[in-house]
Order: sequence, then structure tokens, then C-alpha cells
Amino acid sequence: MPTQAAELVFDEATKRYPGRADAAVDRLSLTVPAGEICVLVGPSGGGKTTALKLVNRLIPLTSGDIRVDGTSILEHDLAELRRSIGYVIQQVGLFPHMTVEANIGTVPRLLGWPRARIRERVGELLALVGLDPESDRRRFPSQLSGGQRQRVGLARALAANPPLMLMDEPFGAIDPIVRSRLQDEFLRLQSELRKTVVFVTHDVDEAIKLGDRIAILREGGRLAQYDTPERILREPADEFVAEFVGRDRALKALALRTLGDLEPARAARDGLPRLPASTSLRDALAVLLAERRDALVVTDDGGAPLGVVTREDILG
Amino acid sequence: MSGIRLASGPVIPHFAQGSHCEQTNGWFCTDWLREHWGDTLQPALVQHVELTLIAVGVGFAIAFALALVGFRFRVFDLPLGVLSDFLYTIPSLALFQLLVAVTGLTVLTVEIALVSYTLFILYRNFVAGLRAVPPDVLESARGMGLTRVQTFFRVELPLAAPAIMAGLRIATVSTISIATVAAFFIRDGLGDPIFRAINENLFKTEILAAGGLAILLALVADGLLAAVQRAITPWSRLR
Repeated sequence: MPTQAAELVFDEATKRYPGRADAAVDRLSLTVPAGEICVLVGPSGGGKTTALKLVNRLIPLTSGDIRVDGTSILEHDLAELRRSIGYVIQQVGLFPHMTVEANIGTVPRLLGWPRARIRERVGELLALVGLDPESDRRRFPSQLSGGQRQRVGLARALAANPPLMLMDEPFGAIDPIVRSRLQDEFLRLQSELRKTVVFVTHDVDEAIKLGDRIAILREGGRLAQYDTPERILREPADEFVAEFVGRDRALKALALRTLGDLEPARAARDGLPRLPASTSLRDALAVLLAERRDALVVTDDGGAPLGVVTREDILG
Repeated sequence: MSGIRLASGPVIPHFAQGSHCEQTNGWFCTDWLREHWGDTLQPALVQHVELTLIAVGVGFAIAFALALVGFRFRVFDLPLGVLSDFLYTIPSLALFQLLVAVTGLTVLTVEIALVSYTLFILYRNFVAGLRAVPPDVLESARGMGLTRVQTFFRVELPLAAPAIMAGLRIATVSTISIATVAAFFIRDGLGDPIFRAINENLFKTEILAAGGLAILLALVADGLLAAVQRAITPWSRLR
């Protein structure tokens, strides 16, 4: 599958509703490089969903511009623009009267793909999102669990291989365990597909976990900070950002790195806790605290020791 | 409008010539049934089906057009709903009688009345069905680039199908029932043998046979429509 991604530019994008003093989105300017995940996060009233819907013109811009690969969204035919952008929402919005196959094939049908190609594509996508390409395609949405529905929603948004994906709290209505698994799978998918993704959430932890960059929006639709998760946690731009990401931001920053990133060098010792290199520094610190130890042995996936890491190494 | 007319002359049996059962006005004279199925009951049944099909068909078309207007332009929904409510509240005999003054003792009179009764049921169901489409489904349809027309035909209309079919079933069954009253004005339908039997010393067999046929017709029509509903909305049974 050809990977393609588009650069997305918000240029002073503004949305005002008549009769309201505050803008919903106020002169938002930011660039999402092609192939990156930009997470829009902030308190309710921050305009993050509004900003997302400006992109596929579900909400019309009041002023400013948004460009996809250099072309203003206003220059596109509305239906064509939307068919070229994947759109995933929290309630999924699957068509209840259509099978999984027909749901996923929606945009390809609109684009006039031949049937055989659509059928093949549906199989590909079902496998990609972890569903059964044969048995699941004939099911109706009411026969699926919440997690399965969201997988189908994702497959449907990916169907025509759009260079840009808009995702509005896609995992917000799913229980924490399944949500975490879907997040992991989404990251795995993204490492293959390299789409440009705009992802809205109100959950800071989700933003940190998924975002290549995070845009924090505050009341009145103003951009408070746009940066990598690491920098947002370590150098919040102001009091609002610091408070929004939470007092535990140092711990959250630890969650961004793994034991493998520390390059453990010293020789392994016996009697220490052993953790694989893929463990996050946050989890590693938790283990040290729980077991009242100062150091641990880092292992590879097979359990062979790679070296020792101390508490000081972890805290940097 | 109706292709088949009753044979001229009395079809109610002359008791003196009938069987013992007919002469004593028994509850259910099978020999009368055998003798008069062809000249009385069957034509009445066919006429009844015709009356119903035309009324429901025309009512469906009008209600559908009105529902499109009421659905698309909300300002019209209230007046259209009130109008259809109002038509439904007029007692059927009174409505027939009012129309006779305009269109005379014709099939047209009967059909106008029958159609106006179907409108209420069908209009309300159509609009309710179209409005019941979940907002997230509509949003994803818009977001994926379906045009308004595509959204209507591919999403809203199919999702309204269960409500539309439900309305159609109620409208059909109630039309079959109300259409028997038409015999007050025209000699069409299963109401005709019933009224005649009432005038012929309450000839029980004919009343029961024609009434029973009307009930049977309603049950069969409802069953057929239910089967169609299941066939076109396989998704709505899965919960």
C-alpha cells in the first residue's frame, strides 16, 4: 500500500459564532508535518473539536485559512475534500443498516472503485485493524462490541487511503483496558501507514502517549502551547499548561522513555528485579519503589540481561 | 374505478328457495357459501382489495411527498402534522357524507376519504422514521463526503424503513377495516354483502362470511407486509 501523507497548516484559522463574545477557535496557527500525529487537547470550551471540524469543513471557517499540502480547503469541492480526509468520531457513526463490508466500502463506492477492488481492500483493512477478513465482513454493527465498532470505524476512515486523518476522541467511549490496547494498535498502524493525523482528546495521558506533537488549547480557542510531549512536560509555556498537564508531569515525562533508551552498560548482578528493555521509566521507577531497591537488571525480550540501571539513572 | 360490478338483481337468497339452513337463518350455511362465493363474496373481496390498494398506494405517495417537505423544511412539519391529525379525527361516516356533496356517490368519494385516513398514520411514521436517524450516523455520513441526496437515499431512507413499513402495516389494516363502511355509499367491497344481509333480516351466514373475509384479508396483508419488512431490513432484527 502506498504510504502518502499531507502537510496540514492552520493559518490564523478562526471560528466565531454570531452573538458570542469569545471565539470558538481564535487565530489558530500551527503546522502538522506530513506523517505526524498532532493531538489537540484542552479543557472543554477550548475549541479542539471545532478546530478539527474546520479542516473537513463540517464547520465553516470565519476567517483565516487551512491548507492541505499547500492547497486551501476552500478551493476544494466540498464532497471531494471530505472523501480525501479520513474521519473518525467517538460514537463511530457506523451505518446500522449496512454490513461491516458495506460500511468500510462507503468512500471507495463514492469514488467509483470497481467492486472487486473494494472487496479486496475491505479484506486488507479488516486484517489491518485486527478483525477477521472473512467472518467479520458480513456482520452488522449491532453484532459488534464497542471496541470492534471503533476498529471498523478506523478501517472505514482508512478505506480510500487518505493522506490526512481526523480523529475526534475515537477511543473516548471505550473501557480503559480496550482503549489502551486500541491506542497501542493505532501506534503500530501509524508506524506502518505514516498518515498525517489530527487527534482530539481531553485526556492528557492519551495525548502524551499518541502525539508526536501536542497542541494545548485553552478557553476561547487560543493555542497555549504547541510542542513535543517531552517539551510540554518539561518546559510548560505557562501556568495554564503546567496545571493542565498535571503536578505529576515529571512522572508523565518518565513514561515517554524506556529502559532501553538509557543504554544500560554495567554488568548484571544477581538478586535485582529484572525488567525488559521495553519497560517505561515510569513503570521501572514504580517497581523500584515497590520493591525498595536502588537498581534493576534490564533484559532483552528473551530475558537475557543487558545491564543494570540505577534509580539515579532513571531520574536523570 | 373498480373493474368488477356486482351482477344486477338480488343476490341475497330468497329464503323460500334456499336450503333448510338458509330458510331458518342458521349461523353458517355452507351450501349458501358454495352457491354464492362466485357471484357475491369473491367479487366483493376483489373490490375490497382494489379499494385498499388504491387508497394505501395513493396515501403512501402523498404522505411520502408531504413527509419529504416536512422533514426537509421543519416549518412545514407542524402544519402538515396538524392537517393530517385533523383529517384523522373526522368520523368516517361524516367524512364520507361531506364528500358525497362534492364528488357524489362514487368510488372517488370513498377513495378520497380512505386516503385521508392513511395520511395521518403514514405521514407521522415517515417523518418520525427519518428524524430518528442517530446524529452520529449523519455526522459520519457528512464527514465522509456523502452529498445531501446521497445521505437521504443511502442512509436516512433505509434507516427509516422499519418505521415506514410499520406505518404502512397500520394504514393497510385500518383501511381494510374502514373500507367496509364505503358500502353505505357505493356497492363495492366486503361492506356491500354485509349491509345487504343486514337489510335481509340479518342473514347471518353472509354477515359472518364477509366480515370474516375482511378480517382474513387484514391478517394476510399484515403478514405479507411484515415479511417484506423483514426482507428489506435484515439489520433491524439483530440486537
